[in-house]
Amino acid sequence: MNTTASQRGTDLVKRGLAEMLKGGVIMDVVNAEQARIAEEAGAVAVMALERVPADIRAHGGVARMADPSKVEEIIESVSIPVMAKSRIGHFVEAQVLESLGVDYIDESEVLTPVDDNHIDKWQFTVPFVCGAKDLGEALRRIGEGAAMIRTKGEPGTGNVIEAVKHMRMMNKQIRRLTVLDDNELMAAAKELRAPYTLVKEIAETGKLPVVNFAAGGIATPADAALMMQLGCDGVFVGSGIFKSGDPSVRARAIVEATTFYQDASKIAKVSRNLGEAMVGINIDTLGPEDRMQDRGL
Amino acid sequence: MRIGALALQGDFREHLAVVRKLGAEGVEVRTPEELADLDALIIPGGESTTIGRLATIYGLIDPLRERIVAGLPVLGTCAGMIFLAAATKRYEQPQLEVLDVVVERNAFGRQVDSFEADLAVAGLADPVHAVFIRAPWIHKVGSDVDVLAAVTDPGTGEEHPVFVRQGRILATSFHPELTEDTRIHELLMEVS
Repeated sequence: MNTTASQRGTDLVKRGLAEMLKGGVIMDVVNAEQARIAEEAGAVAVMALERVPADIRAHGGVARMADPSKVEEIIESVSIPVMAKSRIGHFVEAQVLESLGVDYIDESEVLTPVDDNHIDKWQFTVPFVCGAKDLGEALRRIGEGAAMIRTKGEPGTGNVIEAVKHMRMMNKQIRRLTVLDDNELMAAAKELRAPYTLVKEIAETGKLPVVNFAAGGIATPADAALMMQLGCDGVFVGSGIFKSGDPSVRARAIVEATTFYQDASKIAKVSRNLGEAMVGINIDTLGPEDRMQDRGL
Repeated sequence: MRIGALALQGDFREHLAVVRKLGAEGVEVRTPEELADLDALIIPGGESTTIGRLATIYGLIDPLRERIVAGLPVLGTCAGMIFLAAATKRYEQPQLEVLDVVVERNAFGRQVDSFEADLAVAGLADPVHAVFIRAPWIHKVGSDVDVLAAVTDPGTGEEHPVFVRQGRILATSFHPELTEDTRIHELLMEVS
């Protein structure tokens, strides 16, 4: 070997994979066929699931990690990275997913949480992505070892309003930290309920130390470009693709709108004749128990 | 000096930050028109299938190929190496076919096998701290390709190139843009 001091599972290696996904679209898929459609459409990664969030919502009951054979089927069908979801706090589901060779674990509020504590993600070689509604939540997750953050939005609704709120909130709170006096940072950390060292780092750099994607309710190319213009590094599309009339065409359109997010005429071009979008849900029709974003703060 | 980074997907901003630090002008390239007036080009890390597909849709394959064949200096890292290569072992995907190598994707394994290590590089006094993320290696090299660094496959004992040069084309399996070490970007500026 012409290499020395080789190390796996470091911050750089974990956060680095998310860096490579930037400007891309990560798509929820439930089988090998959907995974191949996603890859063919230009997805940078797929999220292997048993059900997309809209179906989890409709199905009710306890939502758990996907069947390992399902995850393996998807891993074997594509060359792009494969992510999978574990329940919040369920470190054994995470251990199982790591053993299957998934490339990223999403400790996700879409599944039913098992603990008020999140997984101690530092213990793993595989990297984790976690959802956040605001900066405090993002920094708590990074403090626990998350190597990538995504907005929570409100999954499975086809309604992007909550993702927009969460992104705006994070941006606003980051901007605020950069203008605070050093003496004010401990109080800011207390207010955000976030680790002081990370608060201090953000105050200095003006940005999160990890990649931040948009997720939750993205259903159209314009939704994806909206989130990119708000400053996200890329987008997750859950139910929006495979719950629409023509998944393959819509998947391609969302990928192209994410690349050319600043070019309205290109977004117009790809938005033509996409067929039926998924039927959306208005957020204020959801009861407190239906709001996935309030799980695992 | 004006250096472009192909900005279809991936970590092009990190590359542009390095070249700006080295005093060059860094520009994002998404269309054939934006290829004009470049002194060098970087193809970043990312997902090679995504980059290849978007390049095809936006009519970038031929213009890129023509500029590189005509002598535009280029550095490809990870997905960028795959995109420059003549072919890929096992997979069919859009490639520029300007670098006479066959690459093997995800050669080290899945993400849990990704690693960082010090790598000996021909022509550089000190090793490069190299970050390999779901990285490819080179399966076969053409006769005009110089191997600047290689790793040994622990399974077979075979050497696989991870940094090569063919004329003004440089390609690495690893990500120099993720570390503070600017020597590989300096090399691109030297051949420009």
